[in-house]
Amino acid sequence: MFYIHCPYCGELREEEEFHPKGQAHIVRPADPAACSDDEWGDYLFFRDNPRGIHHELWVHAVGCRKFFNITRHTVTYEILETYKMGEQPRFTAEHPEGRPSQDGVDPASLREGVRA
Amino acid sequence: MQRYSGFGLVKHALSHHENWQRQWRNPTPKKAYDVIIIGGGGHGLGTAYYLAKEFGIKNVAVIEKGWLGGGNTARNTTIVRSNYLWDEAAALYEHSMKLWEGLSQDLNYNVMFSQRGVLNLGHTLQDMRDIQRRVNANRLNGIDGEVLDAKGVQELVPIMDCSKNARYPVLGASWQPRAGVARHDAVAWGFARAADAHGVDILQQTEVTGFKIRDGQVYGVHTNRGDIEAKTVGCVTAGNSGVLAGMAGLKLPLESHPLQALVSEPLKPVLDTVVMSNHVHGYISQSDKGDLVIGAGIDGYNGYGQRGSYPTVEHTLQAIVEMFPMFSRVRMNRQWGGIVDTCPDACPILSKTQVKGLYFNCGWGTGGFKATPGSAHVFAASLAKGEMHPIAEPFSIDRFNTGALVDEHGAAGVAH
Repeated sequence: MFYIHCPYCGELREEEEFHPKGQAHIVRPADPAACSDDEWGDYLFFRDNPRGIHHELWVHAVGCRKFFNITRHTVTYEILETYKMGEQPRFTAEHPEGRPSQDGVDPASLREGVRA
Repeated sequence: MQRYSGFGLVKHALSHHENWQRQWRNPTPKKAYDVIIIGGGGHGLGTAYYLAKEFGIKNVAVIEKGWLGGGNTARNTTIVRSNYLWDEAAALYEHSMKLWEGLSQDLNYNVMFSQRGVLNLGHTLQDMRDIQRRVNANRLNGIDGEVLDAKGVQELVPIMDCSKNARYPVLGASWQPRAGVARHDAVAWGFARAADAHGVDILQQTEVTGFKIRDGQVYGVHTNRGDIEAKTVGCVTAGNSGVLAGMAGLKLPLESHPLQALVSEPLKPVLDTVVMSNHVHGYISQSDKGDLVIGAGIDGYNGYGQRGSYPTVEHTLQAIVEMFPMFSRVRMNRQWGGIVDTCPDACPILSKTQVKGLYFNCGWGTGGFKATPGSAHVFAASLAKGEMHPIAEPFSIDRFNTGALVDEHGAAGVAH
């Protein structure tokens, strides 16, 4: 059971209130009609499937019903962070300990820890 | 290979069963093979077996990072059926079904294939229309199937709640009498023993860490026990297929999810068939040992953890108790998760890749076990000839860019 921090409600809630919706940050091609078959197929069907840090889209289905993003480790299931739509993740495969921030906050202190 | 028989059993009883031959060798890797199969589950071991037996390619290695059949082969609910809607899928699964029917004799290993029939329940008018369509399609493809009404279902499974008072009343079902269950471990062990007898090297605890690729042609793999060379490499690694594809610089349209199953404490015989329901979403059978074998859907998020979440277990058991109120006080014994590689159209990928000599057999998602011998057979034929077998051809990875999907999602049902 995950406890997930909804960045819009600002509360830790149980996994059952949420639904996973797949990989985050997928951008719909601006002009679908101009896509080749390869580009369109890649957009529709090909997803990252990492064994490690993964960015996912979730929806707070029986809460505020808003979509947001989770950075999660797919082996330990540790939730590293949740963040709003339009924001960029702080924890990535390149920066598993967290990108250094401009505001001088230690990224380790932002890490949410295992709540599975 | 020492053949198993009733006579052998009696003979070995005289020496207290202490002198049975080991079922397979534990060889040290050779420098090179004709074919390397990555993944020592049912599909991989089966591929090696058919390569050696039917296509005369005996210089084969099966590379397994753990132990044989320790992944999804050991983690499924053992259901075997072939009642798929679309011609392409039906051909593949029916090919498998026909091999299942002779598999114990073929391998000289009792895989305990029991054709006790599978019911796919319908709970809504639309379910029943879909069932009729699917059964008709099955019969046109030479696959057995009948449409039953609620009374017919009740006669087959007296302990199920088929009353009108149920939250989701049973309106009927499709019934495939030739379907059933098999002993999952025995499938891996039987294929391993038979492949080993043909000279196949089974390399356990050997992990592939990379591919050797030159000018777009694969010529071997790196492993934790040194490099092994082969010009033909078949990857049959289920949930980890995406990781292996990444090592070769390829991307697959797969997402790896945990799929859970659970078994109850052993009961006296109560259920002599397999019952599946898409609508309330659960499936159940009773093993020869007496425990109820229960499964349902995947956990929705990606994961490689070989464990699942408790909400999914709860939903599964809600569905089972909805269908079988008498099981409400049965205690569950064990629960586990396997990592399934789900494909967008719920059909597998049996395909060549951009790398010459490198083949993938993956994407079986939640329904791979039933296809074990058929998948292995057509994949072996494809590796041996360098051309995809006609049954495997529609399952090329190209279909996600050409649009020629074999959309079994919702057609044959969610529950596989």
